[in-house]
Amino acid sequence: MNSRAHESEDLILKFNMETQTEKQNKYLEQPKERISGSEAVVRSLLAEGVDVLYGYPGGAIMPVYDELYKYQDEIHHVLTRHEQGATHAAQGYARISGRVGVAIATSGPGATNLITGIADAQIDSTPMVCITGQVPSHLLGSDAFQETDIVGISTPVTKWNHQVTSAAEIPEVIAKAFYIAKSGRPGPVLIDITKDAQFEEFDFEYKKCEGIRSYNPVPKTDQASVVAAAKLINEAKKPMIIWGQGVILGEAEKEFKAVIEKAGIPSAWTIMGVSAIPTSHNLNIGMVGMHGNYAPNKLTNECDVLIAIGMRFDDRVTGDLSRYAKQAKVIHFEIDPSEVDKNVKTDVAVLGDAKTSLADLLPLLNENSHPEWLQEFKDLYAIEYDQVIREDITPTRDGLTMGEVLNEINIKSKGKAAIVSDVGQHQMIACRYAEFNETKSNITSGGLGTMGFALPAAIGAKMAAPQRDVVAIIGDGGYQMTIQELGTIFQTKVPVKIVVLNNEFLGMVRQWQQLFFDKRYASTEMTNPDFITIAKGYHIEATRVTKREELADAVAKMMASDDAYFLEVCVEKENNVFPMVPSGASVSDIRLS
Amino acid sequence: MENNINTYTVSVYTENNIGLLNRISAIFQRRRINIESLNISVSEIEGVSRFTIVVNMTEVQVKKIIGQIEKQIEVIKAYYHTDEETIYQESCMFKIKSELLFETPQIQNIIKESNAIIVTVNKDFFVLEKSGRRHEIEMLHRELSTFGIMQFVRSGRIAVTKNEMKITEMLAAFNN
Repeated sequence: MNSRAHESEDLILKFNMETQTEKQNKYLEQPKERISGSEAVVRSLLAEGVDVLYGYPGGAIMPVYDELYKYQDEIHHVLTRHEQGATHAAQGYARISGRVGVAIATSGPGATNLITGIADAQIDSTPMVCITGQVPSHLLGSDAFQETDIVGISTPVTKWNHQVTSAAEIPEVIAKAFYIAKSGRPGPVLIDITKDAQFEEFDFEYKKCEGIRSYNPVPKTDQASVVAAAKLINEAKKPMIIWGQGVILGEAEKEFKAVIEKAGIPSAWTIMGVSAIPTSHNLNIGMVGMHGNYAPNKLTNECDVLIAIGMRFDDRVTGDLSRYAKQAKVIHFEIDPSEVDKNVKTDVAVLGDAKTSLADLLPLLNENSHPEWLQEFKDLYAIEYDQVIREDITPTRDGLTMGEVLNEINIKSKGKAAIVSDVGQHQMIACRYAEFNETKSNITSGGLGTMGFALPAAIGAKMAAPQRDVVAIIGDGGYQMTIQELGTIFQTKVPVKIVVLNNEFLGMVRQWQQLFFDKRYASTEMTNPDFITIAKGYHIEATRVTKREELADAVAKMMASDDAYFLEVCVEKENNVFPMVPSGASVSDIRLS
Repeated sequence: MENNINTYTVSVYTENNIGLLNRISAIFQRRRINIESLNISVSEIEGVSRFTIVVNMTEVQVKKIIGQIEKQIEVIKAYYHTDEETIYQESCMFKIKSELLFETPQIQNIIKESNAIIVTVNKDFFVLEKSGRRHEIEMLHRELSTFGIMQFVRSGRIAVTKNEMKITEMLAAFNN
């Protein structure tokens, strides 16, 4: 089995190492040729530089699968165990690499099973192209076998979608799909292709899309707004930055770091933005939001200028809007004009790509540092450390904590791993305590909060970045929502590290029941199967940790493994995540216990 | 001011694509906003469609809606205007029994005074068309309903704005 494992890994490596442009060019430069629509789909994907796609075959997409068989040395199709897994794998692939993830499915249930992943990609701005087969065009609207109106169903959760009924449209529509998914504020695109269009032959030629007249991906940055922003920042006594995924999506990490260092501004992150600068950076003051750090939440309501960069003031970040940063002037660096003033009224909006707008801002900033103001953050951090963090990551009481597991992973990975988290308590703990030293390293379902995201997303992330350690942190609830993807891991031998933090509860819901529903634990207790036996059924090496003294060795063994590895840690059943901004409260009313 | 509920005419210039109506109406539906009237037609530019949507909401809300409409790939540009900033009309049709036209002189007077147009007459019924502001159409409806209306239908609002909407320039800028 081991030799096969390495073979598959080599295959994945080969797909990634090969220079994309060379292979892509081969398909971009091909002369006109008469081929079928289904072959055109595969050639178009190759021309877009797709090396791997995730999917599940079925009747209405069979012609494309037949071509994937023919092109299997050029493009790697990964058979997931459910179409939802295909979308999350494509998302994981996109999030760690910045490239477009691709998922493919058949019509009807295959297509509807994509919806959760598509909605997740839409709200978290993840570039993804989904291709679905559709019943033949003469049957459209007739309630044919496995017919669903997937274009109608996916409309509110896609950046763009389109139904193809003639083969000749295929190259242009796929080119548009990739352009739309990746450009500007990224997002998911769905292309539905009728079966007759897949069979139809036509003269194929591929041209990349370079623009769409009704679509302006990046609004022009108004220099006057940059000047106005610089003036506010230069005059600020207590400036504070909150950055989000826009910094990562815009590949503006360098520009961002230069800005905060020059102006000496304490900077906090949303969970989508976290890995843009190292965790240990002196100006990195932690996480904002419901389970964020004490200092940035408290001091959001004391700063005089709040600078939001590539973030969208989600309600989990702002708490009660009527008591959110009311004392502050607000500057919003944003690529999507519809986000400006959507939740928080801004004084200065700087539209455009963070990479260019921050580069424009930098020379206008005065060199500055705000030592006393920064100290306020450090002082509040010390309080949080004493009351929450120390006992979370180096507990003295019996029973394992989720925080100490993260702490151990930080130590053994030297803070270099990409962390893929699911949704719930473990997610908040992972985001709070994981150490990051490389960008695009925190892969989590932020906006939609999709339980079941992490296991398939880790598969995609590891395939896109085989040189990196990818550690999935999952709760016992979310794990069982997409547990069948263990089959995909077994078949592809993708060496992901899976950590299940098992508290035998749907922990976050239980926490809310404890705090706000008088400890009535309605349907949150879980009777779990033996996860070790299940992992072993898929021939994945597995260890269970129940005692503190076993933890360090078990994590070390997992990190050292060259193969897929499953680690179950049985943690304290009724621990809560703190700090916490209760739902409907102001961020400065954050509770430490 | 920004928080008073007002009537706004939303004008959206779009590519002519299947599914776009669904995409745009979904934006209103998500926010639970009732569309008072909706009209889609060709515009002054070849190949470009124009949506005219009437909604009652606050200016803060309508600005957000415009942002979310403009974000759609196939939307070229969206605007909102108050009634004062537009010239607008609706159109309606009445189907009425023909005998009334010949036997009831008041009907003839109503038609004349209202500037309605007789579209067709046959031995069973005649059809009356009237374009104008909502209150004019409603008045005509009230007057005719005392005699009996076989069918009535009213269109959505169509509106042109007093100010320019520079769509042609925008599209030309893309081509260069």
